[in-house]
Amino acid sequence: MPTSASGLTRRNLLVMAGAGATSLALPFPRPAIAQAQPIKVGLLLPYSGTYAQLGEAITRAMELYLKQHDGKLAGREITFIKVDSEASPPKAAELTTKLVDGEKVDILTGPVHSGVAMAMTKIAREVGVPTIDTNAGANAITRQLCAKNVFRSSFSNGQVGLATGKAMVEAGIKTAVTFTWKYAAGEEMVGGFNETFTKGGGKVLKDITVPFPNVEFQAALAEIASLKPDAVYSFFAGGGAAKFIKDYAAANLQASIPLWGPGFLTDGVEKAVGSAGNGVKTVLHYSDDVDNPENKAFRAAFNDAYKIYPDVYAVQGWDAMQLIEHGLKAVGGDVAKRDEFCAAMGQASFKSPRGPFRLSSSHNPIQNFYLRELKDGNNVLVKTVATEFADLTTGCKLSA
Amino acid sequence: MDLVLIQILNGLQYGLLIFLAASGLTLVFGILGIINLSHGSFYMLGAYLSLTLTSYTGDIFLSLLLGIPLAFAFGMLIEWLFIRHLYGRDHLQQVLLTFALILIFNDLQRDIWGPRPHSVPIPSYLAASVQLSDVLSYPVYRLVVAGFCIFLALCMVYVIQHTRIGQMIRAGESNREMVEVLGIDSRLLFRFVFAAGVALAAAAGAIASPIDSVYPGIGEPVLIISFVVVVIGGIGSIKGAFFGALLIGLADAFGKVFLPEFASVVVYALMAAVLIASPGGMFGRAS
Repeated sequence: MPTSASGLTRRNLLVMAGAGATSLALPFPRPAIAQAQPIKVGLLLPYSGTYAQLGEAITRAMELYLKQHDGKLAGREITFIKVDSEASPPKAAELTTKLVDGEKVDILTGPVHSGVAMAMTKIAREVGVPTIDTNAGANAITRQLCAKNVFRSSFSNGQVGLATGKAMVEAGIKTAVTFTWKYAAGEEMVGGFNETFTKGGGKVLKDITVPFPNVEFQAALAEIASLKPDAVYSFFAGGGAAKFIKDYAAANLQASIPLWGPGFLTDGVEKAVGSAGNGVKTVLHYSDDVDNPENKAFRAAFNDAYKIYPDVYAVQGWDAMQLIEHGLKAVGGDVAKRDEFCAAMGQASFKSPRGPFRLSSSHNPIQNFYLRELKDGNNVLVKTVATEFADLTTGCKLSA
Repeated sequence: MDLVLIQILNGLQYGLLIFLAASGLTLVFGILGIINLSHGSFYMLGAYLSLTLTSYTGDIFLSLLLGIPLAFAFGMLIEWLFIRHLYGRDHLQQVLLTFALILIFNDLQRDIWGPRPHSVPIPSYLAASVQLSDVLSYPVYRLVVAGFCIFLALCMVYVIQHTRIGQMIRAGESNREMVEVLGIDSRLLFRFVFAAGVALAAAAGAIASPIDSVYPGIGEPVLIISFVVVVIGGIGSIKGAFFGALLIGLADAFGKVFLPEFASVVVYALMAAVLIASPGGMFGRAS
């Protein structure tokens, strides 16, 4: 029959000619050429613009991990294909398609920006390519939009808020005012915070927002002072965070109304705020001084390689590689077995520099959260406020 | 002190600062006829100059003394290199070139100073604060910023009303050709005005740098609010920029507290209202 001749592809021919008895014993001989090719991992990360530093930290950790494994995971060579996301949501779909269709990546990782992540994971869900979100915290990715091939090695905004609310209740705080930019990340963190804080018996006096990216905070500070809560829960990032922390200290509010927030409030601006940040308490899934051998080894190796200590973003990149390795080991390096590969990643459980790491049924990390206090430009670990803490899985239909 | 009085104080202080940024924009727009989108970049330049110079001199005021002349010289250079080719041209071409300048300045900023936010110290002799309510204090340095803005505003009034160069500026504004016929070199005059605009924006960025943090893109919100001020006040009018900025500052402070859901539109609603009542702006010439 003519069809049988065309069914015999060049690759199958090569397998049969060259591979010998072992491969013939398999029901479907795997193509030898494909097996010899490296596994392509796509990195859609910002290498320019405001978030360039975050993209670089994630990439460096992934490269370091690979280097420590001599360029191979589960016996397969790995190559990285890096694309600059520019943290630009309008370009995200095009760049993702370029990686998936153009470069034919086997695994997709990235991004930093939630807007980019929404577009990237939409395509990932459609084409089924195994995907690991290495930072973006948009709740939906591991809640209502969860998918069997989409994983997160970072956090969800709501999860960080939930952990902080819990920590503030435990610190004996009864009333709070929340204050953030009026945009998705801020509102999701405040949403998580309100949930656990209110459930724990706390009362939120008012949710104050300012338009993004407005950094004129005096009006809100005056309002906070007139409301007199026990504490303020606040999220800003980058330059806005540095300015807010300084304004807050300059208004002398820190003495009577302690400032709390997710770790992103202080990470990266510790030095910029200096002593003005003293006493600001933040909760995050990582702290520089987490006391475990994995963290010590990771920090030393990272500093050896790049002459700078790693941050939370680097840890997220590192753990994305741990996830990939777990998945690949389970399928003997055959990344074409997508379902088995993804199932294995979903079941992965390992030691991360941040502490124990495993995934929830909706593929968001179940992880420790740490309370840190800012002291003269350093985030100092106070204690672990939540152990193996999971995000809500609201709206996700996957089951473990 | 109750919330209303505190918000008046906040609004006036914020308004004075945006006046400083907007005054340069309105001068360049009104006298040179140039839409300068890169005005925010000069605010950023001032903030970063202040960062670098303060780290050398140790004092924000010394760095202002050095930085403002540097910014003025830089403005002369930019005018000579780029802006002078734009006089009398289509606004679209002006927007294109000055937008390109924003992109270039942003890249230069990143190469020189990097993406991390920085901080400029408040001089220790001004680190005190004034108690406003039982828990709220007001930093003395913010009052100094307001004073500095008023001082520069008075300087501007003096220069424009009582000096020969001010006379030329006023003449150039009302009839450029006649000024040239009278033998005044308008090219030099324009270079001076543009450089003064750059210096004013840089002065605003520099004096605000200790209360702000210094970070990439710091000038962009300033550019937008400055344009609003210029439109409200009337194009080319320093007096208009002054009162327009105070109005915006107060609207912003009260909008955030009493109309939080509409905080982001209060300022623009105000602009629309002024334009309906007086299409040329509060102190603009009817055209």
